Amino acid sequence: MEPRLSNKFPLSPPSGVLHRTRFDMTQKNPRFTTLEGNEGVAAMAHLTNEVIAIYPITPSSSMGEFADEWSAQGRTNIWGTIPQVVEMQSEAGAAATVHGALQAGTLATTFTASQGLLLMIPTMYKIAGELTPTVFHVSARSLAHAALSIFGDHSDVMAVRATGFALLASSSPQEAMDTALISQAATLEGRVPIVHFFDGFRTSHEVSKIEEVTRATARAMIDDAWVLAHQQRALSPDRPVIRGTAQNPDVSFQVQETVNPWYERMAEVVQKAMDRFGALTGRNYRLFEYVGAPDAERLIILMGSGTDVVEETVQHLVARGEKVGMVRVRLYRPFSPQHLLAAIPPTVTNIAVLDRTKEPGADGEPLYKDVVTAIATAENPFPHLRGIIGGRYGLSSKEFTPAMVKGVLEELQKSKPKNHFTIGITDDVTNSSIEYDPNFRTDISRAAVCAIFYGLGSDGTVSANKNTIKIIGEHLAGDDSKEILDAAEEKYVQGYFVYDSKKAGAITVSHLRFAQQPIRSPYLIGRDEAQFIGCHQPVFLERYDVLEKAAPEAVFLLNSPNPPEEVWDSLPRSLQQSIITKNISLWAVDAYRVAAQTGMGRRINTVMQTCFFAISGVLPQEQAIKRIKKAVEKTYGKRSRSIVEANFAAIDQTVAALHKIDYPREVTSRWERPPTVPHAAPEFVQQVTGVIYAGYGDNLPVSKFPVDGAWPVGTARWEKRNLALEIPIWEPKLCIHCGKCPLICPHAAIRSKVVDVSLLADAPAGFRHVPVKGREFGAGLHIMYQVAPEDCTGCGLCVEICPARDKSEARRKALNMFPQPPIRDLEHRYWEYFLKLPEYDRRKIKEGTIKGAMLFQPLFEFSGACVGCGETPYIKLATQLFGDRMLIGNATGCSSIYGGNLPTTPYTTDPNGRGPTWCNSLFEDNAEFTLGLRVAIDKQTDQARALLEQLRNQLNDELVTALLTADQTTEAGIYEQRERVALLKAALLKMDDPAARHLINIADMLVRKSVWGIGGDGWAYDIGFGGLDHVLALKRDVNLLVLDTEVYSNTGGQTSKSTPLGAVAKFAAAGKPIAKKNLALIAMAYGHVYVAQVALGAKDQQTLRAFIEAESYPGPSLILAYSPCIAHGVDMGRNITQQELAVDSGHWPLFRYDPRRAVKGENPLALDSKKPSIPYKDFITTETRFNMLFRSHPEAAERFLNQAQTEVEARFRYYEQLAGL
Amino acid sequence: MDLSTKYLGLELKNPLIVAASPLSRNLDTARRLEDAGAAAIVVYSLFEEEIIDEEQALARFLRYQDIGDPEAHSYRPVPVNYKNAVERYLEQIAALKGSLEIPVIASLNGITPSGWINYGKDIEEAGADALELNVYHIASDVEETGVDVEKRYLEILEGITRRVSFPIAMKIGAQFSALPNFVKRLAISGASGVVMFNRFYHPTIDLETLQVIPSLALSTSSEALLAMRWIGIIRGQINLSLAASGGIHSAADVIKMLLVGADATQLCSALLQNGVTYLTKMLSELNEWMIHHEYESLNVMKGSVSQAKSINPAAFEHANYLKVLDSYRAQKGVMV
Repeated sequence: MEPRLSNKFPLSPPSGVLHRTRFDMTQKNPRFTTLEGNEGVAAMAHLTNEVIAIYPITPSSSMGEFADEWSAQGRTNIWGTIPQVVEMQSEAGAAATVHGALQAGTLATTFTASQGLLLMIPTMYKIAGELTPTVFHVSARSLAHAALSIFGDHSDVMAVRATGFALLASSSPQEAMDTALISQAATLEGRVPIVHFFDGFRTSHEVSKIEEVTRATARAMIDDAWVLAHQQRALSPDRPVIRGTAQNPDVSFQVQETVNPWYERMAEVVQKAMDRFGALTGRNYRLFEYVGAPDAERLIILMGSGTDVVEETVQHLVARGEKVGMVRVRLYRPFSPQHLLAAIPPTVTNIAVLDRTKEPGADGEPLYKDVVTAIATAENPFPHLRGIIGGRYGLSSKEFTPAMVKGVLEELQKSKPKNHFTIGITDDVTNSSIEYDPNFRTDISRAAVCAIFYGLGSDGTVSANKNTIKIIGEHLAGDDSKEILDAAEEKYVQGYFVYDSKKAGAITVSHLRFAQQPIRSPYLIGRDEAQFIGCHQPVFLERYDVLEKAAPEAVFLLNSPNPPEEVWDSLPRSLQQSIITKNISLWAVDAYRVAAQTGMGRRINTVMQTCFFAISGVLPQEQAIKRIKKAVEKTYGKRSRSIVEANFAAIDQTVAALHKIDYPREVTSRWERPPTVPHAAPEFVQQVTGVIYAGYGDNLPVSKFPVDGAWPVGTARWEKRNLALEIPIWEPKLCIHCGKCPLICPHAAIRSKVVDVSLLADAPAGFRHVPVKGREFGAGLHIMYQVAPEDCTGCGLCVEICPARDKSEARRKALNMFPQPPIRDLEHRYWEYFLKLPEYDRRKIKEGTIKGAMLFQPLFEFSGACVGCGETPYIKLATQLFGDRMLIGNATGCSSIYGGNLPTTPYTTDPNGRGPTWCNSLFEDNAEFTLGLRVAIDKQTDQARALLEQLRNQLNDELVTALLTADQTTEAGIYEQRERVALLKAALLKMDDPAARHLINIADMLVRKSVWGIGGDGWAYDIGFGGLDHVLALKRDVNLLVLDTEVYSNTGGQTSKSTPLGAVAKFAAAGKPIAKKNLALIAMAYGHVYVAQVALGAKDQQTLRAFIEAESYPGPSLILAYSPCIAHGVDMGRNITQQELAVDSGHWPLFRYDPRRAVKGENPLALDSKKPSIPYKDFITTETRFNMLFRSHPEAAERFLNQAQTEVEARFRYYEQLAGL
Repeated sequence: MDLSTKYLGLELKNPLIVAASPLSRNLDTARRLEDAGAAAIVVYSLFEEEIIDEEQALARFLRYQDIGDPEAHSYRPVPVNYKNAVERYLEQIAALKGSLEIPVIASLNGITPSGWINYGKDIEEAGADALELNVYHIASDVEETGVDVEKRYLEILEGITRRVSFPIAMKIGAQFSALPNFVKRLAISGASGVVMFNRFYHPTIDLETLQVIPSLALSTSSEALLAMRWIGIIRGQINLSLAASGGIHSAADVIKMLLVGADATQLCSALLQNGVTYLTKMLSELNEWMIHHEYESLNVMKGSVSQAKSINPAAFEHANYLKVLDSYRAQKGVMV
C-alpha cells in the first residue's frame, strides 16, 4: 500500500512563513514528551509543593488525580519528600486547608476551576492579604449563568481579580507546564500569591508533544532562601504571633496599604523568574509579548490559548506585507501599564482588545478597560492611535479560529470599527457580532497533516488516538530502529478530543495534527482540511456528514460490516457525492469482525489504529506496526499476555482485512441520510434542538435561544440513537404482569399500558397484548409491554429482573433479547402505536403495587445516562408517582448532566401537558435551593387560600369550601381538586377584580405540589451537607433524594464520605480507611425527618413504599437510594445482583423511619431487610472497587474486610435494637 | 525403613506428596506439612481460565474505563502495585522454596495451547522443582474426536516442554479410550511422569433458581481403585514416573498404589478433612505395615503387584461387573 498523505501534504511549512523566535529550539538534548496540559502543570506543582488540597471539578480534576497518583507511587518533590495530597469536601475546604498549610509554613497548592474558584474567593482575600506565597492552578472555565458549561473561558479567573492574587496566563500545554514552575518561583520570591490559569479543555486537555521541564530545572528555579523565609514567617508556638486580627476604622485602611510595595515589585519578580527559566530552558517569556510587523498599525491584545491563534494569523498576514501585530498578555494582575505600553509598537493606529469573558451590563470587559486606562493615562500615548475597541470571543470554548482573527483585524480597518463586538457567533438580536470569512486558512495550518476520527466513547477511539500520538511523537524505550527514531523525532503532534454530552453511547471526535514543527494551532480542524477521516462506527453515516471536513483527495477509512463489493452502495447518496466530488480515496475494514476473530471482543481501537497507519503514510507502515505492537506491550505489560496476544493478532490480521474500494464516478446509492429529527417534531425541536443534535449548534444565531435559560421539555424522544445491538421482546404467554421490567429500565425504554381491548382494533399486525391479570382490572382490559427500539440501550436489565420463565426451556423468559436491526422497523411501528394509546386513568391505579405503579406514565425518558445506570430508575419512579405536580431542584452531577445537558432533556409531560419542572442551581446549594422552591409554593398557596376567602362572597361558597378543605392524599383527590381549580378559574375570569386576577395566576397552587431535591452523594454527604442538614432541621415539606453511588461519579470516581471502608477510589488508592458516613442515622437523630434507605433492585416494593411515604410526609424526607455505578467496576448488567448482594451482606440495610409512627406511639423505625445473610466478602469480591485492593494491598484488604464485617453486623444489631425499642 | 522414592527425577524421602490444593497457599501450613513428613508439595493450581479472566477483567475495568465523557476519563485508579494471579503465584513458589526443604512442584491448569503456557518458563525461573500440568478439557463439541482431544493434550505438553527444562508431570483424567497408548505418547512428547487421575467437579442445579452451578465434593477411598488399576497396567510397560491421586485416604490406599507401581501418592481430601498431622499418621502406618510384612525398602515393594508382576494379571482387565454386583447385599431393612 502506498503512503498517501505525506506525498500530497509536505510536513515542512511552505517557504515564506515567519518562524517563531520565542523558543530557542537548539537547546541541547531536550527531553520530549507527549502529555495533556493538566499533566504538565500537575507535575510542576507536585515537584514544588508539600501539601496539595483539592476538590474535583471539571476540567481541573485530573491535576489532583495526577498528584494523588504520583504521591501514592512515592514520587518526591525537589526536596525529596512526598507531597501530601488531601481531598476536601468542597473547594472552600480545599482553599482553607491550603491557607492553613501555608500559615504553618509548608508550601501548598490547589487546582480548580469555575464555581470551584468562586468558592475559594473568601479565603483568597485572606491569603493575599497576608502576603502568603502560593499558586492556584486554574483550568479556566465558564461560570454557570442561565446554564452550566464545563468548557473554557476566563469568567472564573476574572471573578477573582480583586482578591489580590496575581493572575498569570499560559496558552498551550508547553507554556502551561513552564508557567506552572515560573509562577511557583515568582510567588516564593515576591510573596504575592498567584492564580496560574490556562484555558479549560483547549489547553488543559490538549495532548501535545512538548519539551519536558525537568526536575533539575525545577530545582534550579527555586531558591531555598525563599522557602526558608516562608517557613520563618509561619505560625509557630516557638515564636508566636497572632495573624488575622480584627481591626477598627482607625487602622484597617492603612494596614491594607502596607502590601503595596510587594505588588509594585511583583511584575519585575515575575519577569525575573521568566528570565531565569529562559536561561535554563531556552524558552523565553515576557510579561507582555509582541508578535508581528515591527511597524504594525493594527493590533490585537488578548491572553490565553487564543493568543496562539492570533499569532499564527498575524504571521501569515505579515508574510503578505500586512502591518498587523499582537500583544500577548501573560501577567494580567498586578497589571503593569508600563510593560504593556513598552510592548506596543509606536506605529499602532487601531487596537482591538479581546476578552474571553462577559460582564453583563459593563461598558467593556476587564482586559479592554485595563488597556484603555493604561493608554489613556500614559504620558506619551501613541501618536497615530485612532481608537481602541473591545470584543468578546470564545466563551465556553466556542471555537476561535484564524478566520475570526482576520475578521477582527479587518474590522480595525473600517472607518468606524464596532466596539463591544462579538466574534465567532451570529448575534442577530443586538447585532454585536462582526463578520468574517470562515474559509480563510493560514499557511501554518496547511503545513500540518490533519486527521479526524469519529468514534464511540466505549470503542476506544480516543485512547487509540492518544496512543497514536505517542507512537508518532515519542521515542519508546527499547526502540532500536534509527529510522523510526528519526521519523518520530521529526514529528510534532497535537490531539484534541470533542465529546457529546451523553454518557451512554457518547460520540467522540478526535482531531489530530502532525507536523515537523511545533504545532500551536489551538482550534479544531476545519471544513475541507482533514486529509484523513476515520469513521469508526457505520451508524454515524445515518446521522452525520462525516466528510464535511475532508480535504480534496483525502483518505476516508470506514469501519463497515459489508463485504468490499457492497461498501459503496451502503453509503448514503450525499456521502457518495462528496467522495466523488472530492476525489476521496475510500478504504473499508470490517473492524468488528477482525476484533471478534482475534479475541478483542468489541474493542476495535487497535484494528482502526492499524488501518490508519497502514494507509495514512504518516509513518512507514512496517515501522508503524512495530511501534503499535511495542505500545501494546507497554500498555498491557508482560503479565497480560492474552490481551497482548489478542492485540497482536488483531494488528496482524487487519492489513489483510483492509480494502481499497473502487467506486464509479456516479452516485448509485438508494438511500439518503434521514433528517436529524422527524418532521413531526415541534418547531423549536426542528429549528434549534435538531440543529444542535446534528452538530451545527455553532450556526444558530442569538435570536433562536431562550433568554432566561428556560428550555422546552420532552425533547429526548426526538433523538433516536439506536445504540442497542439487541433489544428485549415481550413474550405475552409467559408474562405474569409484575411490572419489574419498566421499573428497572434506566432509560424508560420499556413500558406497560392497560387499555380497553376495543381500542386495539386498529393495532398493527403482530402487536402484542393480552388480557391483564388481576381483580383490580375490569373485563376487556388488555396489558402490553412495549420496547422503544431506538431508545433502548441494550443493557438487558429488564431481562435480568424478569422472574417469569418458560417451564420447558429454563433460559427463556417473558422478555428475551433479540438483535435490533432486523426488528427495528417493526418494533418502531409498534412503539409509535403504543404511544398513541391512552394512558390508564391515574385514579384507578393501585399505586402501592409495582404492577400498578408501572401503569403511571414515566415523565423521565431516554436520558443520556450510562448503559445500565443505577440512578435513573429512581428518578423515573418519582416522576411516575408525582411527576405531574413535581418541582425538582437538581444538584450538579451525573443527574444534572443526563437530566439537563442540551440538546435534549429526558423530562417530559403527560397528555395534559403537566410534568416535572426542573432547575439546577449549583452543586453545593441544592437542598437550600429546593427549600426555596418549597417556601415559594407554600407562600403562594397561603396567598391563594387567603384570596379565596377574600373572594368567597363572589364565588360559589361550596366550591370555595371544597377547595380549602380538599383531601389531596390520593390521585382521585388531586384529580378532583384540579377540576375544582378549573371551575374556579372559569369563575374568576368573569370577575373584574384585581384579587381575582391575582388568584387566577396562583390558583394552581391550590393543588398539592411535590418538591424534590435530587443529587448524588457528593452533594448530600460532602459539599452540600451543611445545607442539607439545615433543610432537614426545618419542618418544611421537602423530599431529598440522594442517588448514592458511594463515589463522585460525574467527575470520575473520586472518593466521597459515602465511599465504603476499603473501597478503592481516586484519593483512596490504598482503600478508604474510614467507614461510610451514616447519613441516615444523622437525619434520624432529628426525630422529625422521614428517612428511608432503599435499593430498588433488591426490594422494589420497599422502594415504592418509601417513595410514597416520603412524599406524603408533610415534613422533610430523605431517601438514600443505592445506585450501582460504572465506577464500582462491575458489568452493569449485574446491577440487580449487586444490589441484592449489598443488602444481603448488610452493606446496605433497608429501612424506613417515619416520624408519624412515633406520634401514634409506635416505633418509627421499620427495618425492611433481614440480618446479614451472606458474608461481607461475598459482596465485595464481586466489585472491582473492593477486590482490586486484595491484589494491590492484600493485607490492608483483609484488615478492612474484617473490620467491615464487624461493622455491618454491629450496625444491623444497632438498627434492630432501634427498631425493637 | 527406607521409604525413599524417586518421582520425576526428584529424590523423595517418602511417597506422600501433598496434592495441588489450598494447603499450599499459606506458608505456615506448608511448613507444618513438611514437619508432618510430606515428601513434596504440589502448589495450588494456576488456571488458564483464572489468568485470562483476570487479564480480561483488568482490561475491562481498568484499561478501558473511558466512556467518552468529557468530565471523566476514568473511574478507578489503576493500582501501581497490582499483582495479578501469575505474579502472586510466582511469589508464592519463591516463598515456598525459600522456606521448605522438600521439593516444590508447581501446577498449571489449562485447556488451550495458547499464550498462558509461556508462564511455564516463569514458574521454572521462580524456582519450582517440577511442574504438574493439568489439562481439564471437557470435549463437548460433537465434531471433536478422541484423537483431537489427545492431540490437544500433546500440543500443550510439547508447547511447555519446548520452553522449560525442568521435569513435567501430566495430570490426566481417566476417560481416555486407550489410556496406556496415550500415556506412552505423553512420555514420548516429553512428560517425565503422569498423575492419575484428575477429578472433575460436576455441576449441579439450584432447584430454586434453576441455575446450573458448580458443586464441590471431596473424594472418597473408593475412587482410588480406578487409579490403582491403571497404574498397575501401565507400570512395567512405559518408563515414566507414576503418581496416584484422588481418593487416597488411608495408609492402606497408599500401600495398594505402591504395590501396583506408583512412585508416589498425592493427598488432598484426606488432609483437608483430617488435618496436617494425619500425614504423620499415614506415614507411620505405612512404616508399620512394611515392617509387619517384612519389606526392606519402598523400592522392593513398588510395582510388586503390578499387572506385569501380579499373581493374576488378567484380574486387572476383568470388568468384574457381575461378581461385584452379586456380592452386594442390601442393608437390613432395605427392600431391594
